Parts: sequence; C-alpha cells; structure tokens
Amino acid sequence: MAVAQTKQTAQDTQGLLPAADLAATDASIPEFSKEQELAALRQMLLIRRFEEKAGQMYGMGLIGGFCHLYIGQEAVVVGMKLAMRDGDQMITGYRDHGHMLACGMDPKGVMAELTGRRGGYSKGKGGSMHMFSLEKKFYGGHGIVGAQVPLGTGLAFANKYRGSDDVCLTYFGDGAANQGQVYESFNMAELWKLPVVYVIENNRYAMGTSVTRSSAQTDFSKRGVSFNIPGSQVDGMDVRAVNAAAREAIAWCRAGKGPIILEMLTYRYRGHSMSDPAKYRTKEEVDKVRTEHDPIEQVRKRLLDRKWASEDELKKIDASVRAVVNEAAEFATHDPEPDPSELYTDVYR
Amino acid sequence: MPALSPTMEKGNLAKWLKKEGDSVKSGDIIAEIETDKATMEVEAVDEGTLGKILVPEGTNDVAVNTPIAMILAEGEDAASLKGNGGVATKPKAEQPARQEKAAASAPPAEREEPAKKAETPAPAKTGTAKPPLAEIMPEPEVPEGTELITMTMREALRDAMAEEMRRDSDVFVMGEEVAEYQGAYKVTQGLLEEFGAQRVIDTPITEHGFAGVGIGAALAGLKPIVEFMTFNFAMQAMDQLINSAAKTQYMSGGQVKLSVVFRGPNGAASRVAAQHSQDYSSWYSHIPGLKVIAPSNAADAKGLLKAAIRDPNPVMFLENEILYGHSSPVPKLDDYVLPIGRARIARPGNDVTIVAWSMGMTYALKAAEELAHDNIEAEVIDLRTLKPMDNETIVESVKKTGRLVTVEEGWKQSGVGAEIAARMMEEAFDYLDAPVARVAGKDVPMPYAANLEKLALPSVAEVVEAARAVCYR
Ligand SMILES: Cc1ncc(C[n+]2csc(CCOP(=O)(O)OP(=O)(O)O)c2C)c(N)n1
Ligand SMILES: [Mg+2]
Repeated sequence: MAVAQTKQTAQDTQGLLPAADLAATDASIPEFSKEQELAALRQMLLIRRFEEKAGQMYGMGLIGGFCHLYIGQEAVVVGMKLAMRDGDQMITGYRDHGHMLACGMDPKGVMAELTGRRGGYSKGKGGSMHMFSLEKKFYGGHGIVGAQVPLGTGLAFANKYRGSDDVCLTYFGDGAANQGQVYESFNMAELWKLPVVYVIENNRYAMGTSVTRSSAQTDFSKRGVSFNIPGSQVDGMDVRAVNAAAREAIAWCRAGKGPIILEMLTYRYRGHSMSDPAKYRTKEEVDKVRTEHDPIEQVRKRLLDRKWASEDELKKIDASVRAVVNEAAEFATHDPEPDPSELYTDVYR
Repeated sequence: MPALSPTMEKGNLAKWLKKEGDSVKSGDIIAEIETDKATMEVEAVDEGTLGKILVPEGTNDVAVNTPIAMILAEGEDAASLKGNGGVATKPKAEQPARQEKAAASAPPAEREEPAKKAETPAPAKTGTAKPPLAEIMPEPEVPEGTELITMTMREALRDAMAEEMRRDSDVFVMGEEVAEYQGAYKVTQGLLEEFGAQRVIDTPITEHGFAGVGIGAALAGLKPIVEFMTFNFAMQAMDQLINSAAKTQYMSGGQVKLSVVFRGPNGAASRVAAQHSQDYSSWYSHIPGLKVIAPSNAADAKGLLKAAIRDPNPVMFLENEILYGHSSPVPKLDDYVLPIGRARIARPGNDVTIVAWSMGMTYALKAAEELAHDNIEAEVIDLRTLKPMDNETIVESVKKTGRLVTVEEGWKQSGVGAEIAARMMEEAFDYLDAPVARVAGKDVPMPYAANLEKLALPSVAEVVEAARAVCYR
C-alpha cells in the first residue's frame, strides 16, 4: 500500500496550495530528465496557448454556450498522461480541452468543435463539453457534474471483464466529489477491484463555492476511506509530483489491486466559465498562485537553471506551439458549419 | 394455501411437518409448500391441535386461499367438525396457517370467491371514480388605475420569493449558488442579504440529496423553494421528485402535506448543447401529484410563483433562461397571486387558436402578428399551468376558431402538444375544422452548432406555416 501512505503535502498558510518553497526543496519529488521536462513544457504550453486562444475566440463570438478553460491546471493532465501507456483510457467532465490535447487529439478538431464546425471531433454537434476520440481512448467530455465517474468506473469494468490490464483515469472536480454517484462508484470499484484511478482535480472552487463551503471533509484523498480505497494528496502544480503519483497509482491498478484516489491540489486562474466574473475570490489569491506556483513557470525555471535550455530555445518552443494553435484557430474559423442534413444523423446508428 | 407473493395463484403442498393430532403453537412450522419461485415454510398462526389435514402431502396446484388444515382449539375435536359441511363457519379453522413472512394471516376459507372481494364492501356507486375537477381560484381583480411596473422576469421571480419569505418564516430557499453567488442566473439576487444564511442556503452539487432534503423538510411542515441551477440537473434528483415528492401525499392517505416548490430554468438556453438544453414540460406534467407551471412573462411569473409557494402540493416551476431578461409590466399590488390551473388569452382572435407557454409564447405571439398581416386573426392562449391543464379555455377557443396549433420546445412524441391534441379530439372533435397541428422541437438531441441548433428549435416561421396550413390558406 505504498501509495496509500504517500505523505500529505504541506500546505501554505491560506490552505490553498502546497507551500512554494517546500515544493521546490522537497527532495522526495523525483526529478525529470531533460527530455521529460521539455516534453512536459511543450504539452502544458500547448494547452495554455490553446485555452488562451479559445478565450479570445469566445470573446469574438466564434464560440458559444459554455466554455470552461483549464488554464492553471495543466500540470495535472500532462503529468498523468506522461505516466499512461497506450490502451489506458481517460474520461472527464466539461473542463476537457486540456485532457483532449494531452491525449494527442488534433487541436484543429478540438477547436473546430468549439466553434461548432463540421471538422470538429463531434462534427459540431457536441461543442466544448462533449467530445470523444475512441482512437485516442478519450471517452468525453461530459456536461453533467459527476456523471463521468460511474462511466469511468464502467470503462475500468470492461478492462477487467476483458482480462486486459489497461487502466482508466477518471477525472472530476472538488464539486463533483460531493455527488452521490461518486460513492456508489467507489463502492463497486473496490468491491470488484476495478482498475480505475480517480483523479480529483481540487481547484478549490466549484463555480463560486469554495471547498470549505461545500465539503464536510475537504481532504478529498480521504473520500475513499470507508470503501478501503487508498488515496493521496498531490501537488498538482508540479508536473513531476503529479507524474510520480500517477506512476504509482497506475501501477497499483495494473497490478489488480483495485481503484485508487489521487487528489490533485491545483487552481484555475480563470472564472468557472467564460461568463463567470469570479468575484468570490480576491485578485491577490489568484496572483499569489500564478506567481508562486505556476506549473509552466516551474518547468521553465528548472530548464533554465540547469542550463538544459536557453531563453532563446524556450522562445522557439513557445513560437512553435503558438503556430500550432493559430493553425487550429484558423481552421476552426473557416471550416464550414455542418450541413443542415446532419441535424438528423447520428441519433441512431 | 397462503399467498407467498403478490402474483402467486397456486402452490404445491410439498410436505407436512406435523401430523394430525400433533399439538402446535403459533409460529411452529407445519408444512412446506412449493411455488414456481421457491420452497417456503408455512407457520401456524394459532395454538391448538392439528385437527385435520385437508390437503395431503404431494398435492399440486392448490389454489391460494384453499384451507389446507384445521387447527382445533382446546375442547374442539375433529369429529365434531365432520358433519359441519363447511369449515368456513368455524372461525378458528378459517385461519389454518400462515406463511412466515406473509403480511396477513391466510384469508377465510371461501372456496370460490377470493378473500379480498368477499371482504371489501361494495362501493357506494358503481362505475369508475372520476377525478375531481380542480377548484380554480378566479383571476385576481386588478383595480383600475393600478400602477404597472415594468420589470424583468428575473426580478419578478425574486420579488415573489422575497414577499413570500417575508410573509411566512417557513419559506426558505436552497440550491447551488443561490446565496453568496446570488444565483447562477441571479434570480435569488439580494435574498441572502435580506433573509440571512439560515433561510438562503447554498448546497453542495448534490441534486438527488438536496432535493430529498427539501422534501424531508416539507414533510416536517416547512415550505422549501428548491432551486435547480437548471432543470437538466434535476434529472439527478428524478427519483426524489417522482417517488417522494409526487406520491407521498397519496400514499399517506392524505395525512402528509408536501408544500414544496422546485424551480429553475427549463428548456434550451443558447448553444449549450444536448445535455444542457432540454424541455421537461411533458416529463413533469405526466406525473399525478405534481403541479406544473411554466410562465412566459413577468406578471405571470410573479403571481404564479407566489401561488406555488402557498400551494400545499409539490409544484414544479419551470422558468426559462432566455426569458429571465425579458421585461414586461407587473401590477403593483400588495399581494398579486394568480390562480394555478388557469390559462390566459394573450391575444384574442377568431381564425385559429395557438396554444403555447413559456418560451413558446414568444414564437406564438410573433407568429400571430405576422398572420394578422394576412388577415388571419389568431387567438393565442398562454397555458401558464401545464398541470392541472385548463381544458375549458382551449375548448372554448376551438369552438370559436375550429383550428388549433400547439407550440413547444420539447419533442413531439408524448409531448404536451400531443396531450392537447388528444384532449381536443375527446372534447371538441365536432368543432375542429382541420387536424390539430403541432410545432415542436425536432426529434434530435440539441446540437451545438449554431445553424443546427436553429433548425432543431421551433421557429416563428414554423408556427405561421402551421397556422396557415390548418386554415387552408
Ligand atoms: C448535475 C449538475 N449540477 C450542476 C451543474 C452545473 N455546474 C457545472 S460545473 C459546476 C461546478 C463544478 O465544480 P467542480 O466539480 O469543482 O469542477 P471545476 O469546474 O472546478 O473543474 C456546476 C455546479 C452541472 N453541470 N451538472
Ligand atoms: Mg473545482
């Protein structure tokens, strides 16, 4: 039960996130190689730039409805993904763009879905919250808070049923963690020893409600205790810490030991969705996290400190990522809307 | 032969565990019987001596309620019963045995008639009972010269809640983001400030749980207003809404009163796709025990929400996100309460009746205007309450126009329009000069793409077209 005993990360005075200095000096976080750092940087930058672009395009009226940005939380999905292997699945809620990009889905197809065009992953029918790629083992993209948790548990059930040792990573938020179906899932997952990693992205808020106002037990890693599901809290702003925890957790599941919970301490910089002014928290709070914990800055700093990359090289990486994102935006702007005949297709097969 | 399940009609007497002459105590297992589902033990309910076995071991297909044995009380003997002709006259013998978990003791030993029928007194009147006609309050008098205040539907709803909360301390509001955030759609704006955190309560995202908590509080006599951030999320709570809220008054024989309002935006918003754009009008109006209200303007929203909060029944109050920002006049009265169950003629006309509610009214009224340009005078009825439905107003209108169009965002199959059409078939068939036309949402989940979304929703053009079609013009 190594993972279960993973020590709790110390938190800063506001109880927001792991203390910055502590995280930086914590020797127990395994170092990344240069290649890993660069890979993580590229992935996280892709998500950040993509989301910034999506925010802009929303402002221009090219994207409608709800649009939930992942900015600030990039280390979680990237650290997890770097520990996955082919065949492992992923499922999440509506804050899903980062997950799709991490899964290797084409930014053009994702952005075109955001603009509701025929080249989108769901042919324009799903929008921001509802996208899938069976090829990349990404199972959505779900708009109803908590609903993905039994679904992810079911994906894990199928793995076990088929005798494969693939693992399903099931992501949900701190707010979603209060839904009843989460606990119904926990019980079945442990009862049947299903290979599912429950990744709770605790970004401290569910819309305008902070975890302390919604949750009797705010240590989400303990939410599996009464089901005997081990769990640990992880610094979700440090991609290395996420990755280390992910490796252990995935190995646990792959070995047939049943489900496991990883609570990722993270933070969203933007409002809940584009229409949320986020007045329920102070600017200082946001600024503090951005300056002290930014997941991308942490990697950049390490790369520079270790002289694994120069400012120039990092700029080049950023430029190439921007080029990918711009291309996606361009495509998503000019791709035509779905043909009207598509209204009635895909309801049944 | 005791009934061991509600569907059991006969059983096999597998084995006798006691023989004639044995003394038995109540609770003793005296026999085993087999059904198509299981082998069960039969317990004696009386004390005495097993006087006579009437159904021997190994007998198959013994009908439920057939006496299988007689237990004799002290002083009785089997011989004295022999010439008796029927065991049914002996009270003790009527109750030969009872199976372990069967709720009631075995029924009287009537051979032909099932026990229930024999025991149930004949109904006072023959024929099926008719549902009572709901007593509908009259539309309130709005004295001439009453000031009209133009406000948004959002403000009208808020005012209704605030007025009722001032009036009755048992009324409180709960839901996601209703307090500190002032409501996800700002409908509960200012309520926290005025009424405090005890009466304006932020819940976690736990719809099934907090809907149940609201119903529980109503069981105890409080009058909760439970806000669903949108009705899409009320599906998480569906079991509590239907199985607990709608049915408990009936199941308690009228003892329990459940005064609770479930409210929030219903129907399509804009570009939020399939899981967030659905009209539940027909879903809730299918359910006996619920009242369903869906207003289209600020005055109706206010008057009907106040009525809903006061109503001693569970009320589903379906609002609409797009309508929240629409402004219309509301009479400035101390207590503006509208009758639940009464439709409103929003625009009189003689040529065709258009029935709509909530968002559908915007299509209907615009269509009526367009039709007027071509000298088709449509009578537009705002249903306002979907259950109980105001048949009378629709029938009266159809008698006049002979033509009917219904408008809804929800899907056609089993929709409210389908219900209205059926009612008119039943109640105004002779007055219809054309088949009823239904304008409804297309039979697809709501697509995200802007062009497809437009196609999926009803439109003014479709209402106009349908009205022309039924007018043959
Ligand atoms: C069943 C349900 N209830 C309410 C909502 C509205 N809603 C969407 S996101 C959200 C907050 C969820 O917060 P959290 O789980 O912490 O995830 P985060 O947005 O922080 O990523 C709410 C209340 C919904 N989509 N589904
Ligand atoms: Mg959250």
